[in-house]
Amino acid sequence: MSEIAGVSAGGVLSVAAALFIIGMVGIMVRRDLLYVLMSLEIMINAAALAFVVAAARWRQPDGQVMVIFILVAAAAEVGVGLSLVLRLYHRFATVDGDRISSLKG
Amino acid sequence: MTAVCYAGCAVALVCALLVVTARNAMHALLYLILMLLALALVFFTLGAPFAAVLQVVIYAGAIMVLFVFVVMMLNVAEPGQRRERLWLTSAVGIIPLGLAATLLALTIFALSSLWSEGLAMSVVGPKEVGVSLYRDYVLGIEIASLLLLAGLIAAFHLAPVPRSEVEPAEESDHE
Repeated sequence: MSEIAGVSAGGVLSVAAALFIIGMVGIMVRRDLLYVLMSLEIMINAAALAFVVAAARWRQPDGQVMVIFILVAAAAEVGVGLSLVLRLYHRFATVDGDRISSLKG
Repeated sequence: MTAVCYAGCAVALVCALLVVTARNAMHALLYLILMLLALALVFFTLGAPFAAVLQVVIYAGAIMVLFVFVVMMLNVAEPGQRRERLWLTSAVGIIPLGLAATLLALTIFALSSLWSEGLAMSVVGPKEVGVSLYRDYVLGIEIASLLLLAGLIAAFHLAPVPRSEVEPAEESDHE
């Protein structure tokens, strides 16, 4: 029962894991805040893919419900994050995450 | 359908790598949209058509438009615009066109096999998802709406630049 119409659940789950790792490496390597947000989107989508695979494995609708909630969370995150990036750009004229380090206290 | 699913996974992985390694924010954004569309295809082949449609309509349609607008407003690539002009040769379009054409071919292939033999697997349709959403997850829906409202208020509060930040720079320009 680990086969979903010829597609192995483990294979797609490993794809989700690889996507998550790519996004995580992007967050750690890139310093431009726009790329950090995009890498975050990749990680969120990897989680959504894992939910869909699990839902297909057990033939339940709960995974797709979780995808809807993930969409809502991602929309809110993108709205707040991008408005913060805009404010940072207006104040410091850069979106480099390393240059915005004046909040050291 | 198995080959379609794995090919969609491959396109998504390549696009994710290209997003992370891209030099130009706009190129990264287009690869990200391509990755979302590839994941929507994977969702469809896994028997989740409602999630696939939401992925295309909301994620690739609405959320990515926010990204596009912000990248346009930021004008991040101002020092490299001369380099950009050098990059914009016809050879640049080969990889994105190839990836997009792969997705298009896969979509056509999936639809043709759907007409001839039908899905060989259980599809959890929008009706079941909706029933589950509004029966088992009512509290989640309420929380999600509150989260969206909070995000709306935060974006509305944060996005406009207050006058106290704008005016000193303009005054110093005049002086």
